[in-house]
Amino acid sequence: MSDFMREPLDSAASSAPPWLQDFLQAGRVRWEASKLPTRKTEQWKYTGLQALQSAYAPAGDSPMVLADAGLDLPRFGGLRLVFINGRYCAEHSDTDIPEHVSLVRFADANPEQAARIRSHLGGAVGTDQQLFTALNDAALAEGVFLDIAPHAVIDQPLHIVWVSGNQGEAFSINQRLLVLSGESSSASLIEHFVGARSEQQSFTNGVTELLIQDRATLCHYRLHLEEAAALHIGRVHARLGEQAILNSFHLAFGSVLKRLDVIVDHLGQRAHSELNGVYLPRGEEHVDYHTCVEHRVPNCTSSEIFRGIIGDDATAVFNGRIHIHRDAQKTRAELSNRNLLTSTRAEVNSKPELEIYADDVQCAHGATVAQLDEMSLHYLRSRGISRERAQVMLSFGFINQVIDTVRNESLREYLQTLLNDRFSSDPALSGNVS
Amino acid sequence: MLTIENLHASVDGTDILKGLNLSVKPGEVHAIMGPNGSGKSTLGHVLAGRPGYTVTAGSATFLGQNLLELDTEQRARLGLFLAFQYPVEIPGVSNMEFLKAAVDAQREQRGEKPIDAVTFMKTARENCKAVDLDPAFLKRGVNEGFSGGEKKRNELLQMMMLQPRLGILDETDSGLDIDALQVVARGVNAMRSPDRAFVMVTHYQRLLDFIEPDFVHVLAGGRIVRSGDKSLALELEARGYAWLEEEVA
Repeated sequence: MSDFMREPLDSAASSAPPWLQDFLQAGRVRWEASKLPTRKTEQWKYTGLQALQSAYAPAGDSPMVLADAGLDLPRFGGLRLVFINGRYCAEHSDTDIPEHVSLVRFADANPEQAARIRSHLGGAVGTDQQLFTALNDAALAEGVFLDIAPHAVIDQPLHIVWVSGNQGEAFSINQRLLVLSGESSSASLIEHFVGARSEQQSFTNGVTELLIQDRATLCHYRLHLEEAAALHIGRVHARLGEQAILNSFHLAFGSVLKRLDVIVDHLGQRAHSELNGVYLPRGEEHVDYHTCVEHRVPNCTSSEIFRGIIGDDATAVFNGRIHIHRDAQKTRAELSNRNLLTSTRAEVNSKPELEIYADDVQCAHGATVAQLDEMSLHYLRSRGISRERAQVMLSFGFINQVIDTVRNESLREYLQTLLNDRFSSDPALSGNVS
Repeated sequence: MLTIENLHASVDGTDILKGLNLSVKPGEVHAIMGPNGSGKSTLGHVLAGRPGYTVTAGSATFLGQNLLELDTEQRARLGLFLAFQYPVEIPGVSNMEFLKAAVDAQREQRGEKPIDAVTFMKTARENCKAVDLDPAFLKRGVNEGFSGGEKKRNELLQMMMLQPRLGILDETDSGLDIDALQVVARGVNAMRSPDRAFVMVTHYQRLLDFIEPDFVHVLAGGRIVRSGDKSLALELEARGYAWLEEEVA
């Protein structure tokens, strides 16, 4: 393995708490034994890693405030934690943690919490030996543990913001979130990645583990709003117990490179997952979503809808895998991926991948790539709406159908306003440029 | 208001309109009837500027302007409204957002500011009531999952919001039960005024029982082959179209 991450890894090893040292060590061994993928690696066929810099510095120690990043962060009614360049930022974070919830940074964990973290950390990743997860393990100096007590019902969404600001030199952020939804609990969680729109080179490696125990419900929203030279390779691993429910939504603006893997593993009977997402690359940006829905046991259901709008010279990849194991009878799994190309140079590689070994299952999938519908456009124009405005309305409408699945009302309204403004101000997303 | 002279139009290389003449003055209601395939719907689409409908000869003047040179949206802003026979479903765009964008486009044309949300909602609700459409439909996607009758009433709702100078109703009566037909007729009749005209394309005399036309035209073979008053519609109802087609041939 090339040593472009040597500095951040050394820095993490020296600052991680003692009880995590062996975990970092094991990760480093795996990372150093790995090779970076090439275009010949099937999982990376359409996503190259040329944008990775030859060396990254660790995220700086200097305290930053949001004003430095030029950002005004929204609030969604619940507790908010803010991290800037991988560092906890007390100034912008709340401390009023709701009852029945433990929310702690790895660095601050007491011995009891440390023991719980150690017993669950890596539990959702499982045997997945993906190299960037190994890198995340190896650089694990800072992480967050969200521990939701059994039967707890948390009304307001917990909001974790990961800001990438300016540091000058190219730097890396290692982010890890471990969530334990106790039996029969119910909660919502918003992960919000955002950066100052600048030419700052950064590499975020974000790994989130969701352990959703029997009969628990978790709404998980992951917003990737970083842009420009902010590079992100991240993964979400979810494991669902019996009758557990995962309701998840993903949004990605484009940047120089975004590769996001989402793995949902149904391990208990009658578990249900909803996995929806939207990606909007433009310019010369690239977004790659690889999703994998595993059905290992009978009687589970999953539904998945991803939509993308690709403008200018941007490229996107959507690879949706559904794997129904031999014992997973009576599974119902649905997958739909639709793409809108708003320029003749835009490109998307969409691939549903079904692997089914059980015989009594219902599995539906579809993938389309299209342009704006001429008849819809004509209908709007026949009411006096200009072509430009009609294109904005239709392209926003195309993704608004997915935004509508966001259950949290304040988040849904925030996203609708954010995206409506974006569609109105950026002609690339509605094809209003030649 | 609208003068069509010797209009020829084709769709996918097939000639559909072959020398159509029609003159509509403010305040008038015209009914255009005719057998299937005679070009009735094509006329509406050509006037609204639908892509794929090519005018090969002739002219159409609307309020003193050469209609055929204008973009679809410019025609609409000038006051031309086509109620579609098959309204388009647009999921993800709410009916309310759609109506407001349409109203604001007209206002912009007149140099006015966008309508304020309160006035807009009040008007939209009133018009919903007039066309017997639950205001909940304002929040749904445009025509999304609407029944045939609901779609037609939604067309009427749009027409009432936009208050056009000329309303062209393309088989607005098809697929409507008698109650829905009466609702639509009541809406159109309420909009009749000395400076507004209507052209109703219809297959059946039934609609004309509720909206009384000043003129009835028979379209056959891409041309208007006979014009008369409302008694012509009754004659057609009794005798069918075959005799006229034979006469023309």
